[in-house]
Amino acid sequence: MKEQLDNIQKQALAEIQNASDIKSVDDLKIRLLGKKGELTAILKQMGKLSAEERPVIGQLANEVRQVIETDIARRREQLKNLDTERRLKKEVIDVTLPGKRMEQGGRHPLNIVLDELKEIFKGMGYSIVDGPEVEETKYVFDMLNTDEGHPARDMQDTFYITDKILLRTQTSSVQIRTMLKTAPPIAVISPGKVYRNDSVDATHSPIFHQCEGLVVDKGITFGDLKGTIETFAKRLYGSDVKIRFRPHHFPYTEPSAEADFSCFKCGGKGCSLCKGEGWIELLGCGIVHPQVLLNCGIDPEVYSGFAFGVGLERLAMMRYAIDDMRLLYENDLRFLKQF
Amino acid sequence: MDLSMKWLNDYVKADMPIKEFADGMTMSGSKVETYRDLSEPLKNIVVGKVIKIEKHADSEKLWICQLDVGKDAPVQIVTAAQNLYEGAVVPVVLDGGVCIDRHNNTVMKIKKGKLRGVESFGMMCSFDELGMENSDFPYASPDGILIFNEDPDFDKFVIGEDVTKAVGIDDTVVEFEITNNRPDCLSVIGLAREAHATFRLPLELKTPEFKGVDGDINKELSVTVENGKLCSRYMAAKVKDIKIAPSPRWLAERLRASGVRSINNFVDITNFVMLEYGHPMHAFDARYVEGNKIVVRNAKEGESLKLLDDKTPELKLSEDMLVICNEKEPMALAGVMGGLNSGISEDTNEVIFESACFDGVNVRRTAKKAGVRTESSSRFEKGLDPENAKNALYRALELVELLGCGKVVRNVIDVYPAVKEPKRLKLDPEWINNFLGANIPESEQIESLKRLDFVYDETDKTVTPPAVRIDIERPCDLAEEVARIYGYNRIESTVPKLASHNILTPREILTSKLINIMTAQGCRETMTFSFISPKGYEKCRIDESERKSVEIMNPLGEDTSVMRTSLIPSMMEVVSRNINNRTLSGRFFEIGREYHPIGDKNELPAEKEVLICTVYGDGEDFFTVKGIAEEVLDKCGVKPVFTALRSNRSFHTGRCAEITAEGGKVIGVCGEIHPLATENYGIDKTRVYMLVIRLEELLECSDPDVKYTALPRFPASVRDLSLVCDADVSNGEISGIISKNAKHLENVRLFDIYTGEQIPEGKKSLSYKLTFRKADGTLTDEECDKAVGKIINALSEKNITLRT
Repeated sequence: MKEQLDNIQKQALAEIQNASDIKSVDDLKIRLLGKKGELTAILKQMGKLSAEERPVIGQLANEVRQVIETDIARRREQLKNLDTERRLKKEVIDVTLPGKRMEQGGRHPLNIVLDELKEIFKGMGYSIVDGPEVEETKYVFDMLNTDEGHPARDMQDTFYITDKILLRTQTSSVQIRTMLKTAPPIAVISPGKVYRNDSVDATHSPIFHQCEGLVVDKGITFGDLKGTIETFAKRLYGSDVKIRFRPHHFPYTEPSAEADFSCFKCGGKGCSLCKGEGWIELLGCGIVHPQVLLNCGIDPEVYSGFAFGVGLERLAMMRYAIDDMRLLYENDLRFLKQF
Repeated sequence: MDLSMKWLNDYVKADMPIKEFADGMTMSGSKVETYRDLSEPLKNIVVGKVIKIEKHADSEKLWICQLDVGKDAPVQIVTAAQNLYEGAVVPVVLDGGVCIDRHNNTVMKIKKGKLRGVESFGMMCSFDELGMENSDFPYASPDGILIFNEDPDFDKFVIGEDVTKAVGIDDTVVEFEITNNRPDCLSVIGLAREAHATFRLPLELKTPEFKGVDGDINKELSVTVENGKLCSRYMAAKVKDIKIAPSPRWLAERLRASGVRSINNFVDITNFVMLEYGHPMHAFDARYVEGNKIVVRNAKEGESLKLLDDKTPELKLSEDMLVICNEKEPMALAGVMGGLNSGISEDTNEVIFESACFDGVNVRRTAKKAGVRTESSSRFEKGLDPENAKNALYRALELVELLGCGKVVRNVIDVYPAVKEPKRLKLDPEWINNFLGANIPESEQIESLKRLDFVYDETDKTVTPPAVRIDIERPCDLAEEVARIYGYNRIESTVPKLASHNILTPREILTSKLINIMTAQGCRETMTFSFISPKGYEKCRIDESERKSVEIMNPLGEDTSVMRTSLIPSMMEVVSRNINNRTLSGRFFEIGREYHPIGDKNELPAEKEVLICTVYGDGEDFFTVKGIAEEVLDKCGVKPVFTALRSNRSFHTGRCAEITAEGGKVIGVCGEIHPLATENYGIDKTRVYMLVIRLEELLECSDPDVKYTALPRFPASVRDLSLVCDADVSNGEISGIISKNAKHLENVRLFDIYTGEQIPEGKKSLSYKLTFRKADGTLTDEECDKAVGKIINALSEKNITLRT
């Protein structure tokens, strides 16, 4: 019987090795090890053996079964791998063919920059306020120390609807409206469209966008203005950016300043972008003029504040190296898709 | 303001490197735009004297000159110029020198060479080649070599000297951008004061003086100011026996560096004084001051004046214009420009100088009305100081005597009824420090103000700004002066502790949600102008009632003249431009404003925000925009109803739907743009689809409150219904009936529309998949059949039957 078992094992191993596909291996498994299989048939004859022989043969039969099982598993695995390999070989693709892209939309570059500004100021505790674009002269000029006769009120700079109604030339009108209806503390930004009587060219547009900010509270200082602008610029351009403040003049702030930031292209050494100066103008700002506070019913003896205004077009054009402002308003899909 | 550094150095010796000067001035408040060396790019050009001329043996036109250029040996130069002679003093470009090629506007490098076999070691040049004008050398021939021998300052030319120095272009001009509040800095002295304060350099100002000759001007001239409100001071002086002549080189040089052309000594003196003191002056030929009377009054109806510039036609004067008149008629437009007749000419014998102070607003309006803006008007309109009028007049008279070009009558007329009181402001150093958030010692604050020529009174702790500083009125103005001299950037930066918190409004939340949805649908955001051409309404077939717009009084052009009441014209422009650029399909959106007039013109219009979306090109149809609308409204918690709309003229009558929310509020419209409208934009083959959603209405209907619904725990039952109905019955009607009559219905979805075989003419078949489910148990077949039965009954009442 031992001989029989040895033969089965020997023959089985040879057959397993010869099996050329998974199905033949599976068939073999049934034939050899199944309930009606060869090994089972032999084991059924165990009853004929003597009591001494039985455990020896039984153990041997189990060993043979084990060997065959292991070998079938091995051969099966081997064939499966070969199969897989063959299939994958057939399925080779050209990975340099174009990918399938889900066509996404996107924001206008000006609004991408505006969103960034909003996030920065929201994070600093500012609220966003909004106001009319067709505005009363008093909110755009009179209450901002720009009296009748001031050059800024000229027709050549401003679009008028009537003598009293115009298209706002700055979003400062929203600040006035805010101060008139809100008691300090105030911390707001007012982004939006503004209008100037300029023809369209590479650097001008009759409609452009500003984001102005206003803070009014007790004890607000020029140092606070500086710190705020510096924080803003660093969040926008990274912590390495340097800021300088130059004295300037606006009718509605005193002291007034323009803030420059160190050129991000040359780092301040001077290049074509900053026209050799090493600095690029960022915004205009200043301490709110006491008369403006008074105009809005806020006591300048108790409160003080600062204001600033950024032109979004300039920021966006610099950020994306756009050399012609007209592109921003032509809405050419080939342009818009780049952002 | 162009500042000659040589001129500045008369008052402040600012001899640091020019970049340092420019940076310092910028940081203390006088912004330097740019600066340029006037001698650029000239190099190695000296004053030389022709000592010998011979004809070139081999040429008809060439001459061989020997020139003394201040060296041991003369220099030989071959020239084709024909105006030279022995003894002529000329500019000589030596070997390796650089001059300007005016014809090609390039730089010309001169090298030694041979002309027809004769060696030449340089070139003599014309004023062109020095980058200068004939007016700089009125005696020079425009097409020959510049010969200095006739120069009024010929005796000052030194052989061998650098020519840039000899003709006074050894100067640097610094261009300042002066802010409107500082007209005092539109002058050399004003900037000298700033330089003095900025760099702590000594300032050497002197009060102008003149000797004068005997006589009494009051016997020869009277001045009456009728409108004292518009003319706060009027000073007049008389100069007799005048000699009109070219100005000396030093004076002409300073004018030229400042961008002013030299004309003659008297005109130049008024310009010189204006640049130096910042106060405009005028000079009349005394012959035209008829009746020896000067009257400052408003012009009368019907009067006119021919201006000095001789360009504009005779100016019709209006009663709001202030004029300087003689006994009979206007001679000058006050503060703007003199008249042509009363000005100085070659044969003028006596001159009357005017130095006055006119009201800025009036000067500005007059100049605008007259259409002339002059150096004078642009200074007056910013507001000038009457005190400075005297300095300017005296300086002019001093110059007349210095130039020896006339006899000044010793006394002057001065009509100055309301003498300006000097301003005194309390200096409170502690307040200034608190205001700035700085810690600048009191002594340093006082010192800074003193350097700006403020007078400090220790007894009552007040300061008096110089009279020209019309901008100083309040403590905050003093704070600015202290801060800018101390240095803005030296003030410590702090961040305020804001007591406020950011509050997002529902509108902001909605807007950012809309942007996310729209971009996720593949739409690109546009940015269109909010003013349009009124023709846009016509082209887009916008309803007449929607065309009443806010009109701009002074638009750039017709195409940007009204504030839009609809974004459809803006979007059609976007589509048409993109199609023209061969972008054959696209999806765009914008959140923009419409401007609807309400009431009369002096009321603010209603500004309404809308979301507009447009799609066009392959694969896009009505259902794209409808799908976008559904997506938007679903995300906003609105259950929209789409109803066929045939009355909107901008849209295809059969492909347009009005969008309403539950309760019937109209929140928008979507559809295919009317083919005649697209045709108006030159679009013929492409169909354009638009969606307009009104934000205010959407916000009212939207429910931002999202609550989770439990996931189903029991299985669903699905039934398909194929129905037959008349062809004009809409899906909306059928699904409405289904939804209204079904129990346990979770979802109803149309999956097939069929017309054709087996379906009678005039009918169509619609197939729906109905999903039923119970929340609290498994739905039995019986329950489901019962629900379906009820639906079928309800449908059959409307003549909608099961397809058999």
